[in-house]
Amino acid sequence: MLLHFAAPFIFVIVAAAFIALNLLISRLLQPRVPSAGKTTTYECGEIPIGSSWVQFNIRFYVITLIFVIFDVEIVFLLPWAVVFKDLGWFAFVEVVIFITILLVGLAYAWRKGDLEWDKPETGKFAREAAPQLFEEVGMETRKPVQEVTL
Amino acid sequence: MEALIQALQSQSAFFSQFSESLLALIFFVLFGLLFATVAAVCALVFVYLERKVSAHMQDRLGPMEVNTEIPVLKKIGHGWAQTLADAFKLLLKEDIIPDAADRRLHLIAPFILFAAVIAAFAVMPFGEKLVVSDMNIGVFFVLAITSFSVIGVILAGWASNNKWSLLGGMRSAAQIVSYEIPNGLVVLVIVMQVGSMRFNDIVIAQSGGILNWHVFQFFPLNLIAFIIAFLATLAEANRAPFDLPEAESELTAGFATEYSGFKWAIFYLSEYANMFLIGIFLSALFLGGWTSPFGSLFGGFFDQPGWQPIWIILKAVAIVFLQMWLRWTLPRLRVDQLMYTSWKVLTPFAFVAIFGVGLWMLL
Repeated sequence: MLLHFAAPFIFVIVAAAFIALNLLISRLLQPRVPSAGKTTTYECGEIPIGSSWVQFNIRFYVITLIFVIFDVEIVFLLPWAVVFKDLGWFAFVEVVIFITILLVGLAYAWRKGDLEWDKPETGKFAREAAPQLFEEVGMETRKPVQEVTL
Repeated sequence: MEALIQALQSQSAFFSQFSESLLALIFFVLFGLLFATVAAVCALVFVYLERKVSAHMQDRLGPMEVNTEIPVLKKIGHGWAQTLADAFKLLLKEDIIPDAADRRLHLIAPFILFAAVIAAFAVMPFGEKLVVSDMNIGVFFVLAITSFSVIGVILAGWASNNKWSLLGGMRSAAQIVSYEIPNGLVVLVIVMQVGSMRFNDIVIAQSGGILNWHVFQFFPLNLIAFIIAFLATLAEANRAPFDLPEAESELTAGFATEYSGFKWAIFYLSEYANMFLIGIFLSALFLGGWTSPFGSLFGGFFDQPGWQPIWIILKAVAIVFLQMWLRWTLPRLRVDQLMYTSWKVLTPFAFVAIFGVGLWMLL
């Protein structure tokens, strides 16, 4: 039994060794000519402003939170699924109640809009943002392009 | 695996002087090397296949130029050595690490990605006796070990200290995490029917021809489950139309932007090895695994043990082809559509499949 679990562990070590060997071969064969331009962070040719190690959107956290709840649920349900045939109605009804409680949670998150992501609103730019921009550069909003003078 | 070791010990005096566990350890190392090599070769073949498939779908020829002068192989033509040449090129390329990056994490990320995929191969059933480790929680183990890849992707995104990489890594994390739920739920559907999480038990339950495959049982609940599993694994492998993490038109290369040379190659190695893994995983759960689709037809000729690895590899390659087909047919989803598909379509339908199959089995 223990040997069954040794196999993946050894596989991990062997895979790591395989990659290390390949990287070593690559290291011996490759040229290494670092220069300031080459080792700058790539941002399509611009010099990057600030670090990218910043706080990230909170929405990812909410999604992960919902994930953890459902993942734990799956862990609970797997042993149930294995013995489901033997236990019959009693176990089925119990699991239906268990899942329903979690589904209420999912419905709550759904209703609260935690599963929603920002959608691109077509037409919003022209309606709201554009007039401001036009005013900022001293142009009238609805003028045809040809008549605009800067 | 034990059967093989015991057979060796009883057959030869040389092997019988070693203990069983020592032999097993040696076997595991050898098979680990074998699978690492298989994954590498797999990636070479599948990259070539992908380029050819995409080319022919777009009425092009794809790579045609790189062939060898070796007499026998010269006749194959069709640029068959293209990916081989690419691999050597990548081996010779300079490995550029940005000054701003976290060098240690930058190095660790590809290791984690690749090791997670190779470890999952340890429980894949290539035949009744051809399983390295036929553990009793096989399916669960695959679900667990493949989610390690999300750590590799996030590390790659974070360590690069690049805005594209970070966006790609975070998107990927949210995506893999979201699609793991429907994937885990439909695995439950199969485990309920078989009453075991061991891969060989699941495959044996489907033996006896194409009509006994799980896809066609409990119609249409299992078919829905199969489609959910296919879409969810597609998204977990970051394949198009779910390839937002590396959306090349908006994030250059997503989490792999700051990677170059052979480290970059490892990301692609793991992606294609992962596709093959998914092919085997899905065919074992839904498409009969190593059993033949003919059952007892042809006098059970195709049911002989020698055919088992051929069947499962054929089925896996068919699924890989389906993945490529979708990539070159469908446009990429938007982030909000991606989350919508996972949480509001696939997850509720997966619950429907679980309740439906449960009721059907009890009635």
